[in-house]
Amino acid sequence: MNKPMVGVVAGAVLGIVDGATAWFTPAVRSQIMTILMGSCVKGMVVGIICGLIARKVHSTAVGLLAGSIFGLLFAYLVALMPQPDGSHYYLQIMLPGFVLGALIGFLTQRMGAAPRAA
Amino acid sequence: MSYLPDRALDHLRDVAEAPDFSATRYRVEEEIGRGGMGTVYRAWDTQLERRVALKVLNAADRVNQEAILLAQLEHPGIAPIYDAGTLPDGRAYCAMRLIQGRRLDEFLRDEPALPARLRLFQKICEAVAFAHNRGVIHCDLKPQNIMVGEFGEVFVVDWGVARTEDSAPALSAGTPPYMAPEQSGAGAQTVDTRADIFALGQILRELMPDPPPRPLAAIARKASAADPRDRFSSAQQLAADVGRFLDGLPVSSYRDTMPERLARFCRQNQVLLLLLGAYLAVKLSLYFLAPALK
Repeated sequence: MNKPMVGVVAGAVLGIVDGATAWFTPAVRSQIMTILMGSCVKGMVVGIICGLIARKVHSTAVGLLAGSIFGLLFAYLVALMPQPDGSHYYLQIMLPGFVLGALIGFLTQRMGAAPRAA
Repeated sequence: MSYLPDRALDHLRDVAEAPDFSATRYRVEEEIGRGGMGTVYRAWDTQLERRVALKVLNAADRVNQEAILLAQLEHPGIAPIYDAGTLPDGRAYCAMRLIQGRRLDEFLRDEPALPARLRLFQKICEAVAFAHNRGVIHCDLKPQNIMVGEFGEVFVVDWGVARTEDSAPALSAGTPPYMAPEQSGAGAQTVDTRADIFALGQILRELMPDPPPRPLAAIARKASAADPRDRFSSAQQLAADVGRFLDGLPVSSYRDTMPERLARFCRQNQVLLLLLGAYLAVKLSLYFLAPALK
């Protein structure tokens, strides 16, 4: 499995797991499917970006940094979308998104086959 | 009647034993080693203008056999042979690369770190494995026969009692405690490459700290098992197991206990566990602080 594919798979799985934790928040439980989908897609996008970076740069530190930056960025974009009552869950979405991004970045550095040098 | 003092007798003996290299291209500079089989000198090769190690043995056929064996072993970890011949007094000699370095036992006195010691050991195994692949058994591996160069390169030297696997069994040769049980007495008939594995196991013991890490002690124990069938079947396997230990992986000779496995997993996955822990901490904090965040 190549690194972008590792990123997509890791992002999807971790995104679903992260989205599923919304079930513990009664206020958003009714929107669980939308949250699961959004979280999954967000994870996959961060994963593919981290995977592409991991193909070029072999460094755990870079993977962690890129993952956390893109995780935070996409979590921010998701958090920008208001709830039905007009409120935003910035902290509740961005903080886990930041850590999950770092995790995805780390996994893309450690797993998956790097392209062969020409 | 007066007696000659011991020093004078020793001097006379040395002069009588000094090899005559006048008919060769070598000029002896000084004696650098002496053993039961012969003497090694540092010499100057007047033709190629370089320093060499000259080995002179009393048994002509022995040195010739060593020269022929060494000529087949072209490996970075084995000192190459340059030339071989016979002196006017009938003694045979061979010229080899002069290794600038220290013997392994001397090198270990500086107490280099365990990983550095084990990487040296792997290089020794590689050289021995190469010889084994060529069908040659060293039969006298010991720290005194291993030289460590200035840049950490390793040379296995003194192949004086080496033999090929298909050659007639030699008289028991080797040095206790590096000598495998089957090398002594009638057992010499069955000596094969595993005799060198035994010696490598004994050398590994000397490289280990006290108390040794359990997996490493198990590797040494397996390598120097009394029964050759219980040893590693090749020097590559031994080196690979040491490599796994160096990489923090499980070794074939030692079954980890559950706490050890857990500790190894945590050591190898520190960042991953840290990130998962951070994620869990964030989620739990947000869950319990949810009322306050509203």
